[in-house]
Amino acid sequence: MPDSTAVGLHHEEQHHPELLHHFADPQQQRDASSLGMWVFLATEIMFFGGLFCAYLIYRRWYFGDFAAASKSIDMALGATNTAVLICSSLTVVLAVWAAQTARRTLLLASLAITMLLGLTFLGIKGVEYKQKFDEHHVPGASFSFDHEEIPGHPGQYANPAHAQIFFSLYFVMTGLHALHMIIGLGIFLWLFLAAWRGRFTPEYNTPIEIGGLYWHFVDIVWIYLFPLLYLIDRHA
Amino acid sequence: MEIAIPKPVERENYLNKEYGVWSWLLTTDHKRIALLYLISITFFFFIGGFFALLIRLELLTPAGDLVQADTYNKLFTQHGMVMIFFFLIPSIPAVLGNFLVPMMIGAKDLAFPRINLLSWYLYIIGGVMMLHCMLIGGVDTGWTFYAPFSTNFTNSNFIEAGLAIFVAGFSSILTGLNFVVTIHRMRAPGLTWSRLPLFIWAHYATSIIQLLGTPVIAVTIVLVAAERGLHLGIFDPKLGGDPLLFQHLFWFYSHPAVYIMILPAMGVVTEIIACFSRKRIFGYSFVAFSSIAIAVFGFLVWAHHMFVAGMSVYAALVFSFLSYAVALPSAIKVFNWTATLYKGSIHYDAPMLYAFGFLGLFTIGGLTGLFLAALGIDVHVTDTYFVVAHFHYIMVGGAVMGYLGGMHFWWPKISGRLYPEGWARLAALIVFIGFNLTFFPQFLLGYLGMPRRYYDYSHMPEFQVLNVLSTAGATVLGVGYLLPMVYFLWSMRYGKPASDNPWNAAGLEWKTASPPPTFNFDEEPIVTWEAYNYEELDAPHKQEVPVAR
Repeated sequence: MPDSTAVGLHHEEQHHPELLHHFADPQQQRDASSLGMWVFLATEIMFFGGLFCAYLIYRRWYFGDFAAASKSIDMALGATNTAVLICSSLTVVLAVWAAQTARRTLLLASLAITMLLGLTFLGIKGVEYKQKFDEHHVPGASFSFDHEEIPGHPGQYANPAHAQIFFSLYFVMTGLHALHMIIGLGIFLWLFLAAWRGRFTPEYNTPIEIGGLYWHFVDIVWIYLFPLLYLIDRHA
Repeated sequence: MEIAIPKPVERENYLNKEYGVWSWLLTTDHKRIALLYLISITFFFFIGGFFALLIRLELLTPAGDLVQADTYNKLFTQHGMVMIFFFLIPSIPAVLGNFLVPMMIGAKDLAFPRINLLSWYLYIIGGVMMLHCMLIGGVDTGWTFYAPFSTNFTNSNFIEAGLAIFVAGFSSILTGLNFVVTIHRMRAPGLTWSRLPLFIWAHYATSIIQLLGTPVIAVTIVLVAAERGLHLGIFDPKLGGDPLLFQHLFWFYSHPAVYIMILPAMGVVTEIIACFSRKRIFGYSFVAFSSIAIAVFGFLVWAHHMFVAGMSVYAALVFSFLSYAVALPSAIKVFNWTATLYKGSIHYDAPMLYAFGFLGLFTIGGLTGLFLAALGIDVHVTDTYFVVAHFHYIMVGGAVMGYLGGMHFWWPKISGRLYPEGWARLAALIVFIGFNLTFFPQFLLGYLGMPRRYYDYSHMPEFQVLNVLSTAGATVLGVGYLLPMVYFLWSMRYGKPASDNPWNAAGLEWKTASPPPTFNFDEEPIVTWEAYNYEELDAPHKQEVPVAR
């Protein structure tokens, strides 16, 4: 058991101020926090997994209608957002490195740029939602998706009911993803303020690390959402 | 440990260290949070029990006279939702698990004490939403809230009830997360995985299900609420949506959830049986890994709830087969418990009476589960009282028996007082008799064809005799549940002070004071022995196990 920390149990003399009372040493505390975040991310995979499962079943049943509906959302905006998020993953990694190597300016800058990129993502997402709203593609009473051709099948029109299922899933999936982004922004704001007060040192930077894990996870969800929702049957 | 001279002053412990409401509401001590949970789930247990009582009263006569159909629908819905999400799921893990997991592994607290407190607050928020929902009219969807009834048709306030379950589910996830990390990272030196009490293995397996199952019901609730509130279309057949998809998503959590409720009880019973037969548990590693096997297989059997829902017959065959497979690890446990009893020196104290009750009732519940896993019989008894009886044999006969047994077993440690043994044995007997009188007639009713969820059976008055028996049994059962609450409360003030280890039991939690100090152990324990070393403990030349150095 690599984790049983029999050695160094009573080190009150070098007690780190961030070490909580119920942990034997900082290593145990760091391991526990990081395992906790990984376990939490496993629950998140199951959370989004239910959605992906529903999406994949309907996409297989109503492929043509889903392709038509997918074609109506703006691939350029989606691709831009993908790039924005990938850049933000880079700045998160930079923040972790900066915290570990005591580069305060770089740490603050990386956290700030990460938040800026996150806000950019949400802004672009808002523009996309506005487009959908204007085009009456939001499911509900005023939904309309008439006379939209199925890509690759000229003269065949998509079934608006099935397209409505696509847009329902589109809004739920991207909406929940956006909610995770907003929570991530909150976490990063907290990290930024704590970093501003100089709380993180090469010895203690676990919050940056596990906050970063969360941010990467939210990015990865988008990496799957983008092709599934935006890139159905683009070649047709 | 100190000498047994009557204590002049009470030792400082987690109960008397601080006083005042805020010292409880803002506590991060896992033992105090366990007590907060104990009070809250007891409250919900009696609310759910009240609904059960009304259901039984209605069924006393064949005519629908006490309540009307709408009210009856709400009664069984709220009974199910409250009992499952606000009592059974948190019962053993959040009370006994919270109290004992850190103590059994020699830790000062759970890995994330503040998240532990947060989980209780989430539970309370969910509970208040559920209560509010009941007060403004209740829900009539059944606890299974199948689409499209829940999404498009019911006039009751499903969204609030769904969100209540969503929030309570979060609380359950956080408890599981805390346990997994604590068990991985906080074990005392020398406490290897193969030395862990089986209670810990059971909670580890439970936590895995909580972590991987609960998020799926969460997202299902989000989808139903979005469909109902925002008029999205996901399960709506009018749009080409598939209500069966809802059932798959729902049971993907809700079948494993049955194991969230029963696995911890299995852990409790294992501890009790080892202690009161003074033996090492037979086949330790089989019992340990059968918990993990139940957690894994438990995720592969969900569609046996849907045999008559229009699923393909091939899928049904596979799920039927897999449902048989999950009986194997459960049977392994029953056989190993029985083998532990063999040639043990058995003590018939109250916790052991509950453990015996568990053994018998869980076996009946499990075997009737195999009837339901068999496609042919399932078609015959689906949606009858046979299913209701099976389910309650596992949940009430199994989980609640385990919970009560554990409460008695660890009450001296929790409160520092002994409960009155005579009353406790009487209560255990009353619970056992009342339970069987309530639910055994339901097996017969179901087999004869009485459908569940009907408030009026006046066209089949021949069912009344068995229904009267069942209602009479429920009354007896109610008395059996009230008794422990009364004498536990009584013992907190008037009970005899408990010694540190009144049962002479193995396990780290018994090697510290009763009640324990805030950080559980005065000295960090180091474990050099295997679990359940009762032969060593009972060896005549030794008075005490070599403790913690």
